[in-house]
Amino acid sequence: MEQEITIKVDGTGHRLTVDTRTTLLDALRERLGITSPKKGCDHGQCGACTILLAGRRINSCLALAVAFEDEEIVTAEGLAEDGGLHPMHRSFIEHDAFQCGYCTPGQIVSAVGMLEEASSGWPSSVTADLDADEIVLADEEIRERMSGNLCRCAAYVNIVSAISETAGGEARR
Amino acid sequence: MSITTTGRAIGRAVDRIEGPQKVTGTARYAYEHETEYPLYLYPVQSEIARGRVARIDARSAEALPGVVIVITHENAPQLADTHDKELAVLQSDEVAFRGQYVGAVVAESFEVARHAARLVSVVYDEESHDVGLRADRVDLYAPDQLNAGFETDTAEGDVDGALSSAAVTLDETYTTPMEHNNPMEPHTTVAVWDEGDLTLYDSTQGVHTVRRTVARIFGLERDRVRVVAPHVGGGFGSKGLPHANTILTTLAAQMIEGRPIKFALTRQQMFSGVGYRTPTIQRIRLGADEEGRLTAISHDVIELSAKIKEFAEQTASATRTMYATENRRTTHRLAALDLPVPSWMRAPGEAPGMYALEVAMDEMAERCDLDPIEFRTRNEPEVDAETGLPYSSRNLIACLREGAERFGWEGRDPTPRARRDGRWLIGTGVAAAMYPVYRMPGTRARVRSLGEGRYAVEIGAVDIGTGTWTALTQIAADALGVGIGAIELRIGDTNLPSASVAGGSSGITVWGSTIFEAARLFRERHGEDPSEGDTVEAGTPDNPETENYSMSAFGAYFAEARVDEDTGEVRVPRMTGVFAVGQVINAQTARSQFIGGMTMGLGMALHEESLVDERFGHVVNHDFAEYHIPTNADVGEIDVAWIDEEDPHVNPMGSKGIGEIGIVGSPAAVANAVYHATGVRVRDLPITPDKLLR
Repeated sequence: MEQEITIKVDGTGHRLTVDTRTTLLDALRERLGITSPKKGCDHGQCGACTILLAGRRINSCLALAVAFEDEEIVTAEGLAEDGGLHPMHRSFIEHDAFQCGYCTPGQIVSAVGMLEEASSGWPSSVTADLDADEIVLADEEIRERMSGNLCRCAAYVNIVSAISETAGGEARR
Repeated sequence: MSITTTGRAIGRAVDRIEGPQKVTGTARYAYEHETEYPLYLYPVQSEIARGRVARIDARSAEALPGVVIVITHENAPQLADTHDKELAVLQSDEVAFRGQYVGAVVAESFEVARHAARLVSVVYDEESHDVGLRADRVDLYAPDQLNAGFETDTAEGDVDGALSSAAVTLDETYTTPMEHNNPMEPHTTVAVWDEGDLTLYDSTQGVHTVRRTVARIFGLERDRVRVVAPHVGGGFGSKGLPHANTILTTLAAQMIEGRPIKFALTRQQMFSGVGYRTPTIQRIRLGADEEGRLTAISHDVIELSAKIKEFAEQTASATRTMYATENRRTTHRLAALDLPVPSWMRAPGEAPGMYALEVAMDEMAERCDLDPIEFRTRNEPEVDAETGLPYSSRNLIACLREGAERFGWEGRDPTPRARRDGRWLIGTGVAAAMYPVYRMPGTRARVRSLGEGRYAVEIGAVDIGTGTWTALTQIAADALGVGIGAIELRIGDTNLPSASVAGGSSGITVWGSTIFEAARLFRERHGEDPSEGDTVEAGTPDNPETENYSMSAFGAYFAEARVDEDTGEVRVPRMTGVFAVGQVINAQTARSQFIGGMTMGLGMALHEESLVDERFGHVVNHDFAEYHIPTNADVGEIDVAWIDEEDPHVNPMGSKGIGEIGIVGSPAAVANAVYHATGVRVRDLPITPDKLLR
């Protein structure tokens, strides 16, 4: 069965017809040629397909495209408004927070979404004080909050420092 | 050869030149190349581990709108070469392992292809299968030789005599499990067969390796086959040799000329048919005198291979050279089973083998009442015992000392279970490692002047995340005596000069040496001010020093383990690795390689294990929810350093490979730290909580 939908990706609107079984990930990659979200497991276990949906990070492989009519999606490619590099992009490059690069767009989108969650005061399972007004993004917090994004090259140490620096930079502004 | 370079680019920390494409997700991996009107392939996999396909009924699948063809052994074209049974896809009704491709659906969409594959009904004549690796099997056999050409067995001196007269002895058995490489990018092929020309966008560690294999199997001239792989999402060995998925996709392309065929394995499919690390059962016997000098080393390995194709891992190879002794024996025995073919996984041989040896060394140090670093120092060899050659450089002891300093090893109380922090038992461990410098044949490189001081440097190498794009640019810059901005590197395409596989940590040694040679000849012929278009191509020069020296990289690894006394949970808050790898090409990407290797070793120590259900012959924990690789929260601080090591013999850069050494000593360091924390010596990886609570 097919269905026509409209979605907005990285600021551009798209009208397309999809099989109702098509995941949001496959719609982006196969139908629209937007390859920034990656398919690593197709089961919501690796995070390579992470996108921002209305500003919040989700696994696009666990979402059916037809359920997202008129939604706004941001991928790693569209993070910077001017089409250039977002501070998180730059920090990942400077800290060498990736090797093969396949999980990287998902890591970066996830990191941006994660910072937003933290600044909204959402605790994680390692947050000591659940009632604290402010989340301090210590390395342990970043590690916990980024554990939905697997990296087989194991750039985790550098991912933590890249995010930490970006988070610190934002806090200073 | 003694031209250790002091160039301006080599050694610097240079950001990855493909970084902007990778962080935005615009770098193209195999599945992502733009193709017109592609078709999608979904495989049908055998549901028995051994037997024959009796009947296939594909009518329901074929009737599904959007299905183009269902391919089985009954309609698949005959391949030109079927000697390699792993790659003889759909050539007979025989089933040799569970998960083998017995068919494939090609359809207009991925959804339809997957749906239709489920509708293909396959009836089997099932035969009994055999997938259990055990030390007491009567059919264990000695292979003719091991992977990378190593001898199956070695013996020198009188091991039994030395063991019976030794002051201190050890006789223990260590096991390591089956593991799967699991690069983040699934194995992928996009095949386009157009008027006799075949183009493959393949997720591979060697484009020329794929071309050579596919051309042979399909009976094509090599120049009719083009393989393209500008970016590869990891491999760790599993993409080193072409597997059945590439052949299956090409077969479909041959049957449906003109339409691109896309096939990316699902994560589950990656547990049957793209290689894995064999499980091992390793018996180690050591003898030492009163001063803690090893008088005997014996290392007997039992591992598995597949019935359809032999892969014999060189698990005890490092034991032949690592420590000094006059009496030494190593053996390898295989069980041929009804399983997919094992293959390379990061440091095949060294990683499981040195896990066993380095835990045995830790146990032996304790029995000799010596600090484990001092024990290793007393057994440091003067020459490579296997060849009798001196080492071109061997700085293991310097690594151990530097690591001890950085980690804070001095003053360690060797008593197990002596430190605690509440419920957490705390221990520290050390291990050592080596990894050989391999050289592979068949590489050429081309240098061409682009005018205005710019140069194209072309070589069919690939970057699987190792930093090839950046490191070869740095090497080319120094080889030509220009800045890195003047180099336009071209890799990842068989239209470029042939290159060896990105494997065995050999890439930079081989490709870099070849680029140096091409640059040297270029300057010799065209001088410092060439005309646009001036071109020189060269092959890898011989290195006569390989006859005179044994060449290996070395490393020392330290780990702190915290073990929850009540639950057996193991945390590793910090690790230190110090390496002796000659000249580091790129300080930034090299550090990432070491960190990545050590972290994968942490996973080997604590998490990774593919569990085969012997009743059915398949890996049951075949996804990331159940095959646990390290996540961000599993990893603490990892401190990495390398010592200044000048090796004028190894190659023009003075560099040794770094892709694999990081994993080699890391599991044993963690295992030794867990023992120190708990007093429980787990010899069977992975060290899961249940084993600590027994």
